[in-house]
Amino acid sequence: MPPNLLISGGHIIDPSQGIDRIADLLITKGKITWLGDKGTAPSQADLTTIDATGLIVCPGFIDLHCHLREPGFEDKETIATGTKAAAKGGFTTVCCMPNTNPPLDTQASIDYVKKTAESEGTVQVLPVGCITKGRQGKELTEMNELAKVGVIGFSDDGDPVASSRIMALAMDYSHALGLPIIDHCEDKELSDGGFMNDGWVSARLGLKGMPKAAEEIIVARDLALAKLTGAKLHVAHVSTESSVELIRRAKEKDIAVTAEVTPHHLTLTEERVMSSQLGKHNQLTYDTNAKVNPPLRTKEDIAALIKGLKDGTIDAIATDHAPHTSVDKMCEFGLAAFGISGLETALACLMSLVHSSQLDLKTIISKLTFEPARIIGSRYGELGILKPGCRADVTLFDPNKEWIVDSRDFASKGRNTPFDGCHFKGRVIMTIVAGKIVYRDNSE
Amino acid sequence: MPERTLMSPEDIQRALIRIAHEIVERNKGAKDIVLVGMQTRGVPLSKRLATTIQSLEEITVPVGSLDIGLYRDDISSLHLKPVIHRTDIPTDVTNKQVILVDDVFYTGRSIRAAMDAIIDLGRPQSIQLAVLVDRGHRELPIRADYVGKNIPTSNNEEIKVYVKEVDGEDKVTILSPNKGATDEND
Amino acid sequence: MKTIEPNSSIATPETFPPPSIAVWQHSHVLDLDDFTREEIELVLETADAMAEVLTREVKRVPTLRGKTVVTLFHEPSTRTRASFELAAKNLSADTVSLDASKSSIVKGESLIDSLRTIQALGADIIVMRHSQSGAPYLAIQHVNCSMINAGDGWHAHPSQALLDLYTIRRHLGTLANLKVTIIGDIMHSRVARSNIWGMTTMGAKITLCAPPTLLPWGLDSFIANCQLSNISIETDIEPALENADVVMPLRLQMERQQSGLLPSLREYIQLYQLTTERLSIAKPQVLVMHPGPINEGIEISPEVAHGTQSVIEEQVTNGVAIRMALLYLITGGKNK
Repeated sequence: MPPNLLISGGHIIDPSQGIDRIADLLITKGKITWLGDKGTAPSQADLTTIDATGLIVCPGFIDLHCHLREPGFEDKETIATGTKAAAKGGFTTVCCMPNTNPPLDTQASIDYVKKTAESEGTVQVLPVGCITKGRQGKELTEMNELAKVGVIGFSDDGDPVASSRIMALAMDYSHALGLPIIDHCEDKELSDGGFMNDGWVSARLGLKGMPKAAEEIIVARDLALAKLTGAKLHVAHVSTESSVELIRRAKEKDIAVTAEVTPHHLTLTEERVMSSQLGKHNQLTYDTNAKVNPPLRTKEDIAALIKGLKDGTIDAIATDHAPHTSVDKMCEFGLAAFGISGLETALACLMSLVHSSQLDLKTIISKLTFEPARIIGSRYGELGILKPGCRADVTLFDPNKEWIVDSRDFASKGRNTPFDGCHFKGRVIMTIVAGKIVYRDNSE
Repeated sequence: MPERTLMSPEDIQRALIRIAHEIVERNKGAKDIVLVGMQTRGVPLSKRLATTIQSLEEITVPVGSLDIGLYRDDISSLHLKPVIHRTDIPTDVTNKQVILVDDVFYTGRSIRAAMDAIIDLGRPQSIQLAVLVDRGHRELPIRADYVGKNIPTSNNEEIKVYVKEVDGEDKVTILSPNKGATDEND
Repeated sequence: MKTIEPNSSIATPETFPPPSIAVWQHSHVLDLDDFTREEIELVLETADAMAEVLTREVKRVPTLRGKTVVTLFHEPSTRTRASFELAAKNLSADTVSLDASKSSIVKGESLIDSLRTIQALGADIIVMRHSQSGAPYLAIQHVNCSMINAGDGWHAHPSQALLDLYTIRRHLGTLANLKVTIIGDIMHSRVARSNIWGMTTMGAKITLCAPPTLLPWGLDSFIANCQLSNISIETDIEPALENADVVMPLRLQMERQQSGLLPSLREYIQLYQLTTERLSIAKPQVLVMHPGPINEGIEISPEVAHGTQSVIEEQVTNGVAIRMALLYLITGGKNK
């Protein structure tokens, strides 16, 4: 049993309960026991006090979308290393995508992930099951079986479900289970062979582009199918202005859609590919650390995504943590793997939007805690909330601590980040999972 | 840094005229002579010599220009490369008396490079060297056949040749390093 | 057929240029986007000096004696590779040519490892052609050798653009305000992109003419964002050719039709082939250029390809001089 903890004097922000004040938090037997005014906690034996003065205290972050690579791609990441990275990033729950090898399309493979997470994981790992067998897009998985074994939703992420017919069937089938279909919206006929956003940078660099329309087409299709079937649709990693607009209008019509956006899509544009340092264009590069799917887009898209977060069109922020080995990234741009290792820079990235007054702190925390919990539902208890009786998943962070990103310090095996060398303000100081301190910042 | 004039325009003119006479004398006339000026200032000097020889012998001596940039031995260590100009020698040099013309003769390395270049272009009967100023400090066993003026120098001094066609005036000056307080009272 | 001679009154000016220190700032030649006008002028002047060497019986100078130039070609090419090799040999450098598609040294090896091996073998200059855009930019992060980009994917082919500029200048004297029309597969053309940079820097006006499916969607935005002036885009060949001083059809690769970008070669030929009749829309002294290899009967008719206005063969000769100039200019002078 982890020790009893009193987190004292921190600025508690819990959007689920509307709490936003300096207060103390008491954790016993792995659960939240009490939240109240500073210094008034009920007395407790065997208490460790954590001084949270100057820190934000909030529910542990929940990542709806991350790639732990195990089984099958352990050179890129394992459940052990990925969850350590999650803890460093302040995440207490991660939902792992099923594009592993073998893919998570059977009970056995999901059991494997669950057991490994239990014994080697640092944070809670919730599995996402495949929509189709082998992610081939042809036959539905035994969704009922996968639901029994604990998946929080279905996705063929990495790929869309290309066939509208299969997608409609998947939505029908999953509807009965009350679990969302999480779609990676990309019309591969249009975008295949492309390496970055189709725009002026791709024209200048001589690279085939992935047009925004490729995402918007499938978003529109999926929304039409969601309307038809009544199923729950969750749009993964939204990246374009028009996608946001489509989702907004669908929500106005009460279509059951939710959506997520990544920290890198909120802060970087396509221009990051051609410059190795944020904002510096002196030496042309083709930076594979900025190669991601969906690709980094434009200023206009960023503005729309931020607006979408503010007005609730986009429900959650998810990292799409996609670690790769250096062999996969340190090569010609066209041959490099897509993906950004994002767990450990997520908060800092989002804090840059807070510090530049584009988003407020409460919104960010809400999109990382309360909203993802709502999408996951209740089968794993009440997540994303600091309510007495609930799991003590807590994150403490210093919103002003300055630090410089050095990927060599990452807990993740994936060093592929476009933020290397960036000066950030905002850092996780402590992460608590089920009452146990799983991460403590020991930097200066 | 005081710059002292060592040759006036008249000095230069007289030196060139004398050299032209010497060339004609030594080569027993102007037949089979090709004047090749070394970029940059050797080129106008070679043209002036040709004009003088023309008036002496009533023979038009062919004049060419040579850029030794492609024959240098110090290409890797040069921080800033000089611009290379096109080498343009209007006749075949084989069996001719090639007379290289340069403004300042110093270490001899440029002339060594020039000889390599000329030999790449043909087989001259002889290569001779005419220089306006010989400042000494040879690093290679090369000598000039025709010298306008001998000016002994030390290594930290600089000889500057100004040529009307390039610099707007004719003169030869020497730049000595600053020797101290006495020079500042000018 | 008699081809037009360069305008000799323009070729070598009868003045004595003052000695000038080179303005060269490059250890590598990857693209013309970061070349100043002065640097381009320097390349052209140096190429002139090199061209004289090419007129000699023994086309050799000792300039790069002791230097090793390695050509590493990941894409097949006869002319460009031979051109670079001859350029290196003319400068007395030692050359090694590696055909990545065949060589066991580089097969299966990562690009970075291949380059490191080449560096360890003692290469001073690497001339690389690669099918992936951006490969040279990756390369220079991992080796100390000087690098010349002989073509990377769709992105850049600086030596080609420079020899195009040189050829135009030999005939028309200056590039300022010339109308240069480039016709063909702009989307996939590294020659077009490098020429865009080179020609706009030298003051020419470019017209890009292509079927809409061979123009990138981001082209207008690229031109605007890079503040390139004097570029216009046409899908119709006749306005593109009107009053052109230079016309450059690009090679149309057969794969473009196969991948569905064009309905048929026939339609392309009907709309875009440079014929004698179409050429008459341009200025009477128009120069016809082509980066080669030519698809006779597709982008250009045989009559035009071998006609009086064609300087296509001269481009090849000029290519050797330009490449000699580039090899010379990037040697030495590095801050160690």
